[in-house]
Amino acid sequence: MSAEFEAVVLPHLDAAYSLARYLTRNPADAEDVVQEAVLRAATYFGGFRGANPRAWLLQIVRNTAYASRALVRGAVTVALPGDETGAPTAPELIDRGDDPETALRKREDHARLARLLAALPVELRETLVLREIEELSYKEIAEITQAPIGTVMSRLWRARHMLAAAVQAEEGR
Amino acid sequence: MACENVLLVQAEFDGELDAADALRAAQHRQGCAECRDAYAQLAATHALLRESAPRHQAPESLRRALRSGLNVTQGAKGAATRPGRWLREAASFGLGAALAAAIALVVVNPAQETLLDQVVASHVRALQPGHLEDVVSTDQHTVKPWFDGRIDFAPPVKDLAAKQFPLLGGRLDYLDNRPVAALVYGSDKHLIDLYVWPGADKPMPQTAARNGYNAVHWSENGMDFWAVSDLEPGKLNDFVRDWRAAG
Repeated sequence: MSAEFEAVVLPHLDAAYSLARYLTRNPADAEDVVQEAVLRAATYFGGFRGANPRAWLLQIVRNTAYASRALVRGAVTVALPGDETGAPTAPELIDRGDDPETALRKREDHARLARLLAALPVELRETLVLREIEELSYKEIAEITQAPIGTVMSRLWRARHMLAAAVQAEEGR
Repeated sequence: MACENVLLVQAEFDGELDAADALRAAQHRQGCAECRDAYAQLAATHALLRESAPRHQAPESLRRALRSGLNVTQGAKGAATRPGRWLREAASFGLGAALAAAIALVVVNPAQETLLDQVVASHVRALQPGHLEDVVSTDQHTVKPWFDGRIDFAPPVKDLAAKQFPLLGGRLDYLDNRPVAALVYGSDKHLIDLYVWPGADKPMPQTAARNGYNAVHWSENGMDFWAVSDLEPGKLNDFVRDWRAAG
């Protein structure tokens, strides 16, 4: 079973970890959540007949994150200005040809956006991340977040609106 | 603030509407300044996220933890389900190093898994993006020296491009409790991993299959070889034959 399970699940490990990072807002908790989610997935795998292993795994990751204390802990963790939440993953996005100034500005952009995303309420944040970063359909997001499609649409709208407003507020000051 | 049609416009932006509804949404936007602004805002936010939202990749430590966790779970049902967390919690409760070492032993001790399972699982893992080759080169004179100092033996590296099995690169892997050399070859759209390490396990080639992957195992010149691929068995045997015949 192990090799078949790995072949189905491991290609979506980055997506699983990314969602866990955005949910927990912290690398150590994200690792714990994904580790537990994958082991749960291995337990349920015998019953998995779906055509969409990514959505299936992300749903387990999301349920695991909600069941853990990580979301509560994350809620009291306040990101400090200049906190490089997004920094460790930023390098792969930065072109090697960038001069130091451009690279620095990109790092700051990543860190700022990570901070603004982290400040969104979790149900808005997960909906936005699943749509804009994982590029999932409304239907898949509805399955993963166990919400009606109408709720997905209104959460998505509020998430985008709040993020845009926060960006404008930062730029205007 | 928003027009009641704003969610329709958002669905249009997200490509969620069929052609008729998309046309209806686009027509509505022409006459509604609020929805035109909303659409522009959606595009700006989308561009910003595309440009600057952090993309998180699963760290190597997680992949390693999962690897041992899955093996342990399989071998001893639930005996140690979460090695990573166990170790961290053991440390945080201030338990002695001896206990931590004892747990680590349980975790590291390989489950009852045959070498064939290990080889196939390693091949599947290697197919994940970014895990296939550590040294990317079709030149055997680049690949062979790359292993110097990384392992305590010199694996034979041959290019079989003339036989339609081009060398693609190499990497280090870990099998049978030791570091091994993995050479990566291509065959049309398929990939072949050739694992090499010192030993003399099987003088004659033996074939095996597991989960749709085929493997051939043989020994020569004091080295053990495992060739693994999703190639059909006949083609994989051709590869082994050509590889052994090549100088």
